Amino acid sequence: MSRLEFMQGNAACAEGALAAGCRFFGGYPITPSTEIAETMARRLPNVGGVFISMEDELASIAAVIGAAWTGTRAMTATSGPGFSLMMENIGYAAMTETPCVIVNVQRGGPSTGQPTRAAQGDMFQCRFGSHGDYSTIALTPNSVQEMFDLTVKAFHLADRFRVPTFVMADEIVGHMRERVTIPDTVDITPPAPLAEGALPFEAGEDGVPGFAPFGSGRSVHVTGLTHNEQGYPDTTDPGTHDRLVRRLVTKIESARREIADYVVTNPDAETVFVTYGPPSRTVEQVMRDHPDESVGHLRLRLVWPFPEFALQEFPNAQVFLMPELNLGQMVREVQRHVDQPVISIPKIGGDLHTPAELLRALEAHR
Amino acid sequence: MIAPDWFREDRLPHIYCTGCGNGTVLNCTLAAVEELGWTRNETAFVSGIGCSSRAPGYILADSLHTTHGRALAFATGVKLARPDLNVVVFTGDGDLAAIGGNHFIHACRRNVDMTVVCMNNQIYGMTGGQGSPTTPQGAISTTTPYGSTEPAFDLAELAVAAGANYVARWTSYHVKELTKAIATGMQTPGFAFIEVRTQCPTNFGRRNKLRQIPDMIDYLRSHAMHVAKYNRLLEEGAEVPEGTFSVGELVRRKRPAMGVRQ
Repeated sequence: MSRLEFMQGNAACAEGALAAGCRFFGGYPITPSTEIAETMARRLPNVGGVFISMEDELASIAAVIGAAWTGTRAMTATSGPGFSLMMENIGYAAMTETPCVIVNVQRGGPSTGQPTRAAQGDMFQCRFGSHGDYSTIALTPNSVQEMFDLTVKAFHLADRFRVPTFVMADEIVGHMRERVTIPDTVDITPPAPLAEGALPFEAGEDGVPGFAPFGSGRSVHVTGLTHNEQGYPDTTDPGTHDRLVRRLVTKIESARREIADYVVTNPDAETVFVTYGPPSRTVEQVMRDHPDESVGHLRLRLVWPFPEFALQEFPNAQVFLMPELNLGQMVREVQRHVDQPVISIPKIGGDLHTPAELLRALEAHR
Repeated sequence: MIAPDWFREDRLPHIYCTGCGNGTVLNCTLAAVEELGWTRNETAFVSGIGCSSRAPGYILADSLHTTHGRALAFATGVKLARPDLNVVVFTGDGDLAAIGGNHFIHACRRNVDMTVVCMNNQIYGMTGGQGSPTTPQGAISTTTPYGSTEPAFDLAELAVAAGANYVARWTSYHVKELTKAIATGMQTPGFAFIEVRTQCPTNFGRRNKLRQIPDMIDYLRSHAMHVAKYNRLLEEGAEVPEGTFSVGELVRRKRPAMGVRQ
């Protein structure tokens, strides 16, 4: 049995986290993400979990990583300025292979920008925001239902790949209210345990080491320094660094097909919209209002690692159109993977593209 | 060596310079752990960045060597998620009082049940001897080549003011007293802060007329004054000799604490 609810996106995100077994939330209030913290503050104590309002976002992500190392599913939620503050420790989580979930309810930036208006301006920051080479996973919900579903999925992927995983929401899906189906149980697999006799950062073929959380008797040393399979610092040997960092990237990039999550509409189309997050809702509106099999839609529910093979689902594509709530970010990723023209349809300021705007773009480029 | 069972011998050689006080502090901490009979399966060590923060890497237990200044925030997550674990944090004056100052006062305020050992050598040692928030006025460092002009933080007094349940200060000379203070801190529910004034001959002493290792230890010994006497001098309005600092137990109290094992 599942239950039907009418709720806000941020609340659905919190419910998704709880359903996935999240039992630790460390956060700092910031518009437009605050309802996630408020929901977790109300709900976590009732399920034996811990909510803590930390002194800033640096501390929030730090506490989340600390909790994650006890084997507790842990999450934080923030927006632009707080997300920027978290960057160093996000790199630490990537380097130490800490499974955790970071929700960014995006708002207009840079700087304090537009606290109450939507944007998709942090799409590259979630991929490249911390220093050095690493890979992460980022999901992009377009509805209140997906705020629930993709938060659950984020915990699953974080555990599966031992990587900080992002729910890249925005003010629109965060504050929108819609019908949500909440299942009684969700599918989520805990991280594979560290095998007997295996070293704590020794990985098998999939590049993901087994996990021995604190208190499990394995005496694991965790460091953000370049470390060997034993977890010990080895900061000068080029081979150790190359092996470690290459594995951190490869374990994600080589699993792109396993991780990918997208929806294809009208695969025979010649003109193809590529979207993620709320702009997909406008494209769906246009396609409902003007049925036309020559117009297709690739909707990405997950943008990092970028599933470039999804673009091949449209063998007749002549042109790709990409509406985004930024001045053109993910469009660069599409452009570098196809030979056809890729047209950016940027919009900033907080409003979603209108159907009329997308129709005009469609007529101009088909 | 004290507590050989807790030492990762395969990590030798360690990074500490000849004459460094950090090894003494590490030894005293492990002696306290042994005295209390803690086991490695129920104990986690957390640290930030700097010479002090390399200590957990030499201890055979679960250990989290984190980012600069954030050790207490990481440790808060560990302890609140698993109150049954004993959490010990190693930090230094740069890590704790400069980049991590905000986390320090809030961890004291929350009174999270953990023991924090701060190796205060009054200098950024690992990066080669730059002035820190505890570098004394007038002291020479690579970033205060004409003598530091800034007043220094009193870390122990800061912890008292911010609400820690247990605060003590000793030096790397006072190994018995220090070990006892760390053990008492570990047994006190809430946030226990033990400041250890320790020597950095390489990057502090060398530039401040304390070139010989024994000179630095002798300086710590001769400038440490028991807190009872120190406070009495202050109350009487008598002059406290320059460079003198208080040692001993500054506070032990029972404010409400977080993350205490049930």
